[in-house]
Order: sequence, then C-alpha cells, then structure tokens
Amino acid sequence: MASRIQIPATKYPVERFTLANGLRVVLAPDRSAPVVGVAVVYDVGIRSEPEGRTGFAHLFEHLMFQGSANLEKLAHFRHVQGAGGSFNGSTHLDYTDYFEVLPSGALERALFLEADRMRGPRLTEENLRNQVDVVKEEIRVNVLNRPYGGFPWLKLPSVMFETFPNAHDGYGSFEDLESATVADAQSFFDKYYACGNAVLSVAGDFDVAEATAMIERHFGDVPARPAPLLPAFDEPDLTAERRESYTDRIAPLPAVAAAYRVPDPIAAFDAYLPFSVLAEVLTDGDASRLVERLIQRDRSVTNVGGYLGFMGDEYQVRNPTALLLQAHMPPGGDAGKVLRTVDEELDRLVADGLQPGELERTQARMGARLLQGTDEVLGRALPMAVLELQRGRPELLNELPKLISEVTAEQIVTAAATLRPERRAVVEVLPGAGA
Amino acid sequence: MTHTLPDLIPNTELVLPPQAERKLSNGLTVIAIRRAAVPLVEVRLRIPFGRAPLGAATLLSQALFTGTGSMSMLDIAAELQAVGGGLGAGLDPDRLQISGNALADGLGRTLEILAGVLTDAAYPGEEVVTERERLVDNIQVALSQPAHLARVALLKRMFVDHPYAVQTPAAEEVRAVEPETLRELHADRVRPAGSILVLVGDIDPEQAIDVAEKMLGGWSGAAVDGGIPPTPALRPGALLLVDRPGSVQSSLRIALPALTRTDPDYAALSLANLLFGGYFSSRWVENIREDKGYTYGSHSVIEHFAAGSALVAAADVATEVTGPSLLETTYELGRIASLPPGEEELEQARRYALGTLRLGMSTQAGLAGLATVYAGFGLRLDFLREHSAALAAATGEQVAAAAAKHLAPSRAVTVVLGDAEKIEAQLAALTVVERSAR
Repeated sequence: MASRIQIPATKYPVERFTLANGLRVVLAPDRSAPVVGVAVVYDVGIRSEPEGRTGFAHLFEHLMFQGSANLEKLAHFRHVQGAGGSFNGSTHLDYTDYFEVLPSGALERALFLEADRMRGPRLTEENLRNQVDVVKEEIRVNVLNRPYGGFPWLKLPSVMFETFPNAHDGYGSFEDLESATVADAQSFFDKYYACGNAVLSVAGDFDVAEATAMIERHFGDVPARPAPLLPAFDEPDLTAERRESYTDRIAPLPAVAAAYRVPDPIAAFDAYLPFSVLAEVLTDGDASRLVERLIQRDRSVTNVGGYLGFMGDEYQVRNPTALLLQAHMPPGGDAGKVLRTVDEELDRLVADGLQPGELERTQARMGARLLQGTDEVLGRALPMAVLELQRGRPELLNELPKLISEVTAEQIVTAAATLRPERRAVVEVLPGAGA
Repeated sequence: MTHTLPDLIPNTELVLPPQAERKLSNGLTVIAIRRAAVPLVEVRLRIPFGRAPLGAATLLSQALFTGTGSMSMLDIAAELQAVGGGLGAGLDPDRLQISGNALADGLGRTLEILAGVLTDAAYPGEEVVTERERLVDNIQVALSQPAHLARVALLKRMFVDHPYAVQTPAAEEVRAVEPETLRELHADRVRPAGSILVLVGDIDPEQAIDVAEKMLGGWSGAAVDGGIPPTPALRPGALLLVDRPGSVQSSLRIALPALTRTDPDYAALSLANLLFGGYFSSRWVENIREDKGYTYGSHSVIEHFAAGSALVAAADVATEVTGPSLLETTYELGRIASLPPGEEELEQARRYALGTLRLGMSTQAGLAGLATVYAGFGLRLDFLREHSAALAAATGEQVAAAAAKHLAPSRAVTVVLGDAEKIEAQLAALTVVERSAR
C-alpha cells in the first residue's frame, strides 16, 4: 500500500462585499489563464414554485434570456458569443444560476449583460409562448423520449416527500407550463429576482480594484429590492419504508433508486459531511463496496451510483435533502434483492468498520475531483456564488479538501448506521420495452 | 444614466504553455505540458486501434483494468485511488484511449500501475464475463435511445461499407468474445509504437517525461498496421426514414462533406459551420428554436476521424413539426450556400471561434484533451496559433465559397428517426423518402 498522500487544498483569494442596493458580490482572482467566469445566482428554485405552476422556476430561467431592459431578444446570446464566450443557466431546488465564461477582455460586457436582466427581462406574450414550446421540447428530449428519463431525480421526491415544495416534478406538467401567463412571470420576477436576493461572483483573470469599479458602474443603479422571506421546507423523516414503481415504456431493463434523509447540509454541516464521504466509500470506482459486491461479486446490477442531493448538488442544497443510491439491473433483475444486499453491506460496514486505507484513498480521490472542478473558472464562480448565497461562506470551496480529509472512520460508521430500510424511499423502474 | 454595451478589450497574444516532447526508444511519443493552477496531473494515452475487431475491441476497452499478473481489479482501483487517481478506457474507430487524472505527486505511481496494465493485463475469466454481460446490457440500453439509433443509421448511410459504418458492436458479437481473444488482441494491438502519451498539469515537463520513460520504457513490441482507407465521398439521395413507433419527437440528422483541420480552406469552413448551426447564435438555432419553438436545441459540428472529416447537424424536434423543421433546415443550408454572410455576423462568429480556443486551453483537462486530439492527427499545440491566424484572416468571400461547396442542401445525407406513421407524409411533401429496412 502506498504511503498516505497529502491532499492539497486550493488557495484562491476570496473578496466579499455588498453594494448599497443589497447585491452581494464575491471575487476570486486568479491570473493563471486569460479567462473569466461570471455567475449570478438568485435565491429561488423549484421548491419556491407556486402550486399549479410546476416547472415555473425553470421556465422563468428561459425567459431571462429573452431580452432585457436595454437588449432585444437574441442580443444576450450574440453579445456573449460574439465576445468569444459561452453562457448558460440552470434551475435547482434552491437556486437558479446564470453564468458566462469569456476571454478576460470581455468581463465588463458580461457584467453589463447580467445587470441589464437584473433590472428587468422583457416579459412578452410572444417570448413566453415561444419558450413554453422550447421547454416542452426540452422535457421531451430529456424525459419523455428517452429511456430512464428523469430517473431518479424527478421520480423519487414524490415518494420521499409530502409537501408540494419538496414533492413536485421540477420540470413541470405541460398543462401547468401552458397555462403560465406574463403576469405570473412578472410577479415571479418582482418577488424573487431582487438584487437583495442575488449574489454576483467573478472568478479568474481580473484586477480586483478594476472589477469592483465595473461592478459598481453596472449594478450600482439596479433599484434596491429586499429578499423575500425564505420559508422552511423541512418535513418529518420517514418512519416506514416507502416503495413505488412505474413502468417506463421505452426502458429495456429494470432500475432502482433509494433515498435516505441526511442531516441539514447547512445548519448541521459537520454531521452532513461524513455522508458525502460515505457515498463515495460505497460507490466510487471498482474498489468501492457496492461496486465490488453488487457488480463484481453478485452481478446483480450493471452499474451503481451514490451521491448527495437529488441533483447531485451536495454543497449547494438546503434541508431537506437525501443520500441517493441508484442502480441499473440486468434483465430480470430483482430490486428487492439489491436493496437487501445494500442493507447487508451497510450492516457489515457498521459492524466491522472501514478497511485499512479505505477512508484515506476515498478522501484522496475526492480531493482530486474537487481540484479538477476548481481548475475551471466556472468551477469556482458558480459554487462560490451559491456558498455565499446559502451560507455567507464562499471560501468554504477552498476548505473542502481539508474538511473532507478530516472526516473520521467513526463518523462514516455513524452515518452508515442511519441508512435503515425503514427510513428510505424507493422507486423502481419496470421495463416496458419488452426486455 | 445610459446603459450602453461596453467595448471589448482586445485579446492578448495567444500564449502556449511550457511543454516538452520525447519519443522513447520503444516508439511511444510522450508530450508533457505545464499548467500548474491546481496540483493535479491529467493523463491521456492514445493507442492506434483501427480495423480492430469491433466486439473484442469494445470489450477490451471495458475490461482493460480487470487485473494483471500481480494485481486484482480491486487492487488496481484501490492503488490508483490512493494517489487521488482514476483511469478508464474508451474506444473510437481509430484508437483506444486511456484517460484519467491523479494528484500531481501521484504521477509516478499512476504511470507504474498503467504500465502494469499495458504489459501484463490478465483478463481474468470471471471479471471478463462480468464486464461482457455489462457491455451487452449497455448495448441494449443504447438501442432504446433515439440519439444512438439515429447515429447508427446515419453512420451506415454515410460510410456504407467503410469500417466507420458500424461503431457499436451487436450484442451477439460481444457475447462471443472469450478472455483468450482479449489476451490475443491486447498482445497484437496494445503496443507503444505509434502511441502517444500526453501529461498535463502541475509538473515539470522534462521531469515528467523522465518519469514516463522510467515507468513505461519496458512496454515493448511492434504494432500491426491499423491504417484505415480514406472515407468515401457522401452519396446524397433519398431521405432515410427510420421508424420508432410511439416516438414523441423526431431526430433529424444530416451529414455534409467537410475538410481536415490542415486544409487551407478549413478555417473558412469552420466559420461557415458556426454561421449555419455551429453555435447558439447561429441561423439554424435562431430560426427553429428562438423563432419557431420547434426544438430545444440544434447543433452542427465538424467531426474528424483519421481517415476523413464530415459535418454533422442534429436536432430533435416535435413530431408534429418534423416537416416544417426539415423545411427550415434546408432553407438555412440553401441560404448560407447561396448568399454571402453579413459582415457583423461573420465578425461575431470569428470572435467566438477565437475566444473558445482560449477557453478550451484554460484548464488542465481542456489542454490535455486538445493536445491529445491534435497529436492523434500529427499536430501539436502550436497548431492553435496557425488556426487562430487562419480564422482571423478568412474573408467573407472565402467563407461563402466554403459554404457553397460543402453546405449546399444538395450535398446532404439525411436521416430522420421518429414515428413514421405520423411523419412520413410531412417529409414526403418535401423530398424523396425511403423507409429504413429493419
């Protein structure tokens, strides 16, 4: 066995300040490549959608690209790409993000574009109808026309949770999408897209003083609007296993996913973090416990994965959330048997603890993956923006490798002991495509 | 206060990172590049694999790390993990590629383990059977995916009986592969001659090559010739309709002729491709997504294989507007092939092309990918400079000429996968349709 390797951490400098209008700003300069990443995150996501408007947070994300105070439709795309950059946005359970990566000479342009839509997107009937159509095609291509579409992230929440914010389908129903109005969009913008409810972050090749002046210049006169009160989304844990299944008419093979509630990712971060390492101990690579047992030894699954957060956003999610395990099975596979084996392996972990070196090598691999993520400017700008938004601690990104390396074997065992069958929600995919 | 678009600060000159290259006595070329932003190293190894039997080669790529004479599958994975590392293999019609990364301090150990796999892979019976079953299951799942099925049909239509025509093995073909076949294939083909190792990260390039030489110098043996004949010219003809009953979208795929990266007209064709459908601000996306809402996304890209290049355009569109989507696509191809581009439109595409080259080389993984792909075609990173200069110099006339020659709808090979009952009449109103025999 190789001697224990040191897990290095990143040391990106992080500056934070708040503009007079309430917009929080995070700067992480690094001049190693002539590129910048710009991210704006708003503290609104799928969990804040009104009832009867499933999918609205995501639909609204699309509308934010359809022109703004000083820009025509299509202008945003053209200005970012015409500066040599790329852009996108994404909607999560607890936030919505917008981002660009560009050659560093285009920083001010990106700031202008983000400030302009923070002032106000062009919410027109024509743009709304167009983007409802586009979103329907997005759902078709990602969910309806594809085997295992939306499995498990769209399928498990309704089994695990009771309340509308946690349980509903974040992509939304066609019926809800089609009935959305411009007035709905305007009130959603007014309530949630306030500068007091947003964080701007910039990472990469820039001078802090110059960037600060640019940010003041472009965002300083966005009218101040306070953040809305954030509701608590918590609900009671399961006391008995919940299992559901559905037939996927185009899936050729069975699949199963299970979710277990984990501690509050923010208020109980110390208790939460070991679950992140546990998920890797169970499923990261050929040396992990569930891969070794379920794939190599039993051949009862074809592949298996484990992670925190329904969208895999383990450090960018609020309570309540879960540890998920998912597996695809060979023809005739038995989900019940797979789950019983998972229980056995968890029991074994709790009874016997970790093997020598098992924790250290898992931590080393996690450290390497964190480093790879932060090598990209957006791999810093985006998580730092969300860490500021949810915790006021963007520098946590630099600290994660060390914190992960400090998780102990005892903490892993304690975490594993909570993953009991009576606390889990399970969803099975029954193959409908004549396997 | 007025709100006007800020000017761009012009790009600084393209700076290539420090690098070194050495061809080892066993025929392996090692390229090492320094980008020290994070203490990691990216590892890529490309081994020529053209004309290898598809079923066996695909399984070999999946079973390569299942054990050596001295290490089990679990040992290999655990020992790599211990230095923050991971390696995996993949296959394309030209090459076997091993990819992964590790903490920079773990480079030596990672290459040592890799060397063990290259020189002493065991393909143990039990593990190979497990990987074989997994591969068969994965093929079955792939065959339920519209994107995969459309790709299969398009490749067949583009390449007919050329080796590139089939890139995924049939399940029965994989089921027939025995561990011994893998051992033989490995002995014949997993060889250093003609192979290229690329290392990128927080490394001293010369020292990293020394480490590679020490660890991989004992890998030996001559490789068989994996050369592939040039790809045939595309043969436009009837639109091929592939039935997928119950499909709620139609997958539209179009192949057009293209040029290799080193062709003098390549930069002009790249820009023409961007203008048509190669980026979000292209005519095709603005038309069928942002104006008409027919699709979530459409995209065209120039694909390069060792034996030839092709331009492939793809969109998944609502079933009820399949015909109109083809109409708009044909219109945009015809328009770019017949009329010169607008000046501002061309400058925008040019700036995008130049900017994304910089973005692509701003991470270790991006640099490793670029350097590896280029090296596979006999090019080095300095090609970035040449290509940038060519992009900067291409005129509107050259772009129009490239588009007229390559993007004309009359040159297109078209495949549509969808619910034939619902879309055949729509398509037949626009072009000659032939149903796929299956």
